[in-house]
Amino acid sequence: MCRDCGCSLGPSVARAPFAPPSTASKHAQVHVESIEVITKILDANDRVAAHNRGHFDAHRVVAINLMSSPGSGKTALLEATIKALQGELKVAVIEGDLATENDAARIRACGVPAVQIQTGNACHLDAQMVHDALDELPLAGLDVLFVENVGNLVCPASFDLGVHRNVTLLSVPEGDDKPAKYPVMFRGADLALITKVDLLPHLEEFSVERARASLRHVGFAGQVIELSKRGGTGFEAWLGWLRDEVASRRAAAA
Amino acid sequence: MHELALCQALIDQVDRVARQNSARRVVSITVSVGPLSGAEPKLLEHAYAVAAAGTVAEHATLHVETVPVTVRCRTCRAETAAAPNRLLCGACEDWQVDVIAGDEMLLQRVEIETADEPAH
Repeated sequence: MCRDCGCSLGPSVARAPFAPPSTASKHAQVHVESIEVITKILDANDRVAAHNRGHFDAHRVVAINLMSSPGSGKTALLEATIKALQGELKVAVIEGDLATENDAARIRACGVPAVQIQTGNACHLDAQMVHDALDELPLAGLDVLFVENVGNLVCPASFDLGVHRNVTLLSVPEGDDKPAKYPVMFRGADLALITKVDLLPHLEEFSVERARASLRHVGFAGQVIELSKRGGTGFEAWLGWLRDEVASRRAAAA
Repeated sequence: MHELALCQALIDQVDRVARQNSARRVVSITVSVGPLSGAEPKLLEHAYAVAAAGTVAEHATLHVETVPVTVRCRTCRAETAAAPNRLLCGACEDWQVDVIAGDEMLLQRVEIETADEPAH
């Protein structure tokens, strides 16, 4: 049972082995029929995602999914954001990684709650994993919940987690053509952050203009913010975007 | 490679359809997948063999229909084909387009084998 709302959604249960109906005798007439189904393959995930969104809305929490390739600065951005918002917004983090508690430990060291999901070999988070993590994370009193997805530009793009916003990071050392290489990920983002722009003088092959054009070509229509290391260029714009998200969700809930 | 997770979700649905229709076995499964869904047809087929083992779909054939990306231009209203990383209007090159096909990942149909007892 879901501890938060008492509904019947619990941890995922393995399906029972299939046994064909035992009534068929050797005289039975066997025939083949075609059944039109037409459902989303990820229908079950989408339903859990909607359920998660219901939890976030009920607690007036803005939920934000951070996605990028490994090493583009998701955890560092969270650390800087948590420090900057101390005393202003209450933040918690769900961390997704294949192994280790390292990222959750870094977040806890900033003084906010963090739950680590260890996905084992899974290359993405899904809505059920986030729902399970919510059992360990009280939403009451929170303003913003960040979900730091597994570092991967492919798999996380296919799974709705029930968050309100998807933010995708693209760091300068990765190259300005990343959106063209991973269109599904960048197309699904609401905000794109070009990180590590303080490295631009050393990496002349990266053009911010080309990165922006590449984003447009995959159908990304959101805002692009350029960020340098902790607290530098663009950081205020990022905080402004976050504050606007919190304010507009509060206004919608009022 | 999230295709294994996708195939497991697919087989959960197929299993439900088979039970609801008193199937003896599943003969074939047809899915339609667009390049903007994030699923790779070849990887789906590989993952399916693993995910189907020991399930109702064990001996079923998987048909993957790929759906090309089609966009509708907000400016000139033309509907044209587009590459996944170049979602521009094929007629006027405007980038303000809506994707009208190519981002789906659907279970279309399941072919099952049933048995009717002859009347005595």
